[in-house]
Amino acid sequence: MNLLKIPLIFLIIICVSCTFSDDSEKEIKVGSKKFTESVILGEIISQLAASEGAEVEYRKELGGTRVLWNGLLNGDIDIYPEYTGTITQEILSNKNITDQSNLPEELAQYGIAISQPLGFNNTYAIGMKRENAAKLGIKTISDLKNYPDLKFGFSNEFMNRGDGWPSLKSAYNLPQQNVTGLDHDLAYRGLESGHIDAIDLYSTDADISYYDLKVLKDDKKHFEDYFAVLLYRKDLEKKNPQALGTILKLEQSIPEQKMVEMNAASKIDGLSDSVIASNYLKETLLINTNPVKETFLSRLYRNTLQHLFLVVISLSAAIIVSIPLGILAYKNQKVGHLVLGIVGVIQTLPSLALLVFMIPFFGIGAVPAIVALFLYSLLPIVRGTYTGLKDISRDIQESAEAMGLTPFAMLRLIEIPIASRSILSGIKTSAVINVGTATLGALIGAGGYGQPILTGIRLDNVGLILEGAIPAAVMALLVQGLFDLSERILVPKGLRLKENN
Amino acid sequence: MINLINISKSYGENHAVRSFDLTIETAETTVLIGPSGCGKSTILRTIIGLISPDTGKVNIEGEALSTANLVSLRQKMGYVIQEGGLFPNLSAEGNVFLMARYLGWDKDRIEERIDELCELTKFPKDALNRYPIQISGGQRQRLSLMRALMLDPNILLLDEPLGALDPLIRSELQQDLKEIFSTLGKTVVMVTHDMGEAAFFGDKIVLIKDGQIIQEGNISDLIKTPSNPFVTTFINAQRNHLEIIGDI
Repeated sequence: MNLLKIPLIFLIIICVSCTFSDDSEKEIKVGSKKFTESVILGEIISQLAASEGAEVEYRKELGGTRVLWNGLLNGDIDIYPEYTGTITQEILSNKNITDQSNLPEELAQYGIAISQPLGFNNTYAIGMKRENAAKLGIKTISDLKNYPDLKFGFSNEFMNRGDGWPSLKSAYNLPQQNVTGLDHDLAYRGLESGHIDAIDLYSTDADISYYDLKVLKDDKKHFEDYFAVLLYRKDLEKKNPQALGTILKLEQSIPEQKMVEMNAASKIDGLSDSVIASNYLKETLLINTNPVKETFLSRLYRNTLQHLFLVVISLSAAIIVSIPLGILAYKNQKVGHLVLGIVGVIQTLPSLALLVFMIPFFGIGAVPAIVALFLYSLLPIVRGTYTGLKDISRDIQESAEAMGLTPFAMLRLIEIPIASRSILSGIKTSAVINVGTATLGALIGAGGYGQPILTGIRLDNVGLILEGAIPAAVMALLVQGLFDLSERILVPKGLRLKENN
Repeated sequence: MINLINISKSYGENHAVRSFDLTIETAETTVLIGPSGCGKSTILRTIIGLISPDTGKVNIEGEALSTANLVSLRQKMGYVIQEGGLFPNLSAEGNVFLMARYLGWDKDRIEERIDELCELTKFPKDALNRYPIQISGGQRQRLSLMRALMLDPNILLLDEPLGALDPLIRSELQQDLKEIFSTLGKTVVMVTHDMGEAAFFGDKIVLIKDGQIIQEGNISDLIKTPSNPFVTTFINAQRNHLEIIGDI
């Protein structure tokens, strides 16, 4: 088999996979952020929409406000739960909105509508372990001023947002230097283990009572109101007014205590988000819904399909593009330096950043993830092709040339077959990186093995984390084994023999 | 006939070949000889178009070598190098019939030609499906010669074809090669640094130094009427080899 046929095979694989992909446009696309409260609210919205017979796609645990807002703007998401403070401080921070009652008007300019508050205010707060706070005599945020050695661990969003750490620091004139940005769920664990003294909290976090935390009084009224609201596309009013009407029954229906209970039911009692949502709807709105009960196997099957879809398409496309690029780099040194330089730079971009860069161009979901994974897979294959060709001895190249083979025939009959091992090992490296990196796809709504990992981190559930991590590792090993096997078919026999005299 | 007309080639400051003129007669064996770096390989590689000269031109059987006819003219020449230059991805046979198959020969014609060549070069037929890495150095050179002869070219170019072999195999192959050359009546150009080998093969010997011809002629011309003290020095330096051959 000739190695030049490989790109063709992968092109076919792409076409076949695409026909299997589930790209049917669901009626209502619901989104949520990757913390429990948002996931539960998203679940409630989804069940309400479904109760009106709407076809719902729920993209949960997306990686940050920007991902959701961009998704909402370009129609990958129709509706998601947000907080008024986040809208003023983050989404529309450049507009300096001081009065939250102006929000409907401001959002309307983007074709986005905002619901009435759902009923609770999940504002930011600063928390410490109760015993630690008592020992130091800290009751208010102002009291922190006297303890410059305290270590702070704040969620990454809080580190940068308008009312976050920089402004809190200046408002209260706080002297602390040891401040780390980290995942919100991990911050609780850092606090528990004593590596961190104070963290930012959401006032409805179940963890406040679970970890027995002292919430420091915001004595200077620094933090804004974070009333939970729903943001939705205006066109939803036309698309499915009935479902929207039902969803909007949530307005003023969730008091703070209820939200804290629901958060605790998930994080502490370990109930599934879907069951919590269903129970709430039954009790409060007297609406019966069917919580989705997915077995372990069906979940694994779905995640595997999604993950394979991401990997197979992005890797196939990378192979089709990289081998010719590697050949080009080998044939023309100037172009070669440029090509290797560019794909090298892409490789150095942090994978998460690359994923988020894709959103403005490709929205959220599988497409931006595939594009990012594709870009990530280029370097090893380009380099493998380039090196494999470059390492062919001058004797062999000149012999081929002197025989009267055209450059293309030389490439096809001699150079590519001799470089095949190096090309394959590049593909193998790309494939393994690809399988691992694809777990991040869940952050932008692409699903896959990253989904249980995200949920597992959110709920501090090691079992769920392993449910994503183990299959991902197994898939990486299988992919590697597959390419090891394919070496026997694709690398010419003469190159696999050992000298016997 | 091959005509080299006013060929010059330099690499930076280094002049590999300077205003080089040479006529290579049809059906004769011409040996290019000289110390290392004298430009003898450069001349051979210029004939097959692996090197394009800075000035001058090469005529192959009356046709000037150019990028337009490079591929077709190369198919009229066979080229053998020191280590054989065999393609490791192809079997022995695959190396030999690569070009024939590329040019669309049918299977029977290919098989027939390979049989002929095995006989001619004494390459064992049972080794045809082995890979280059599996056969000995001497056999590799026989194979390389088979590959060069596959399309029955008029011209055969050999760049130190025996240089990497041990003495016994080398002398055996020398005998066989000379027989092949005389049987086939090809125009042969061979590069060597060994005066004995040059005397053994050469209808004409071209002694080259610093990219220029010092003297051309047969071995007795070179010995009896040296054009330059260097000729005698070069020959005397390798006298022992000549005495072994003993038929001067």
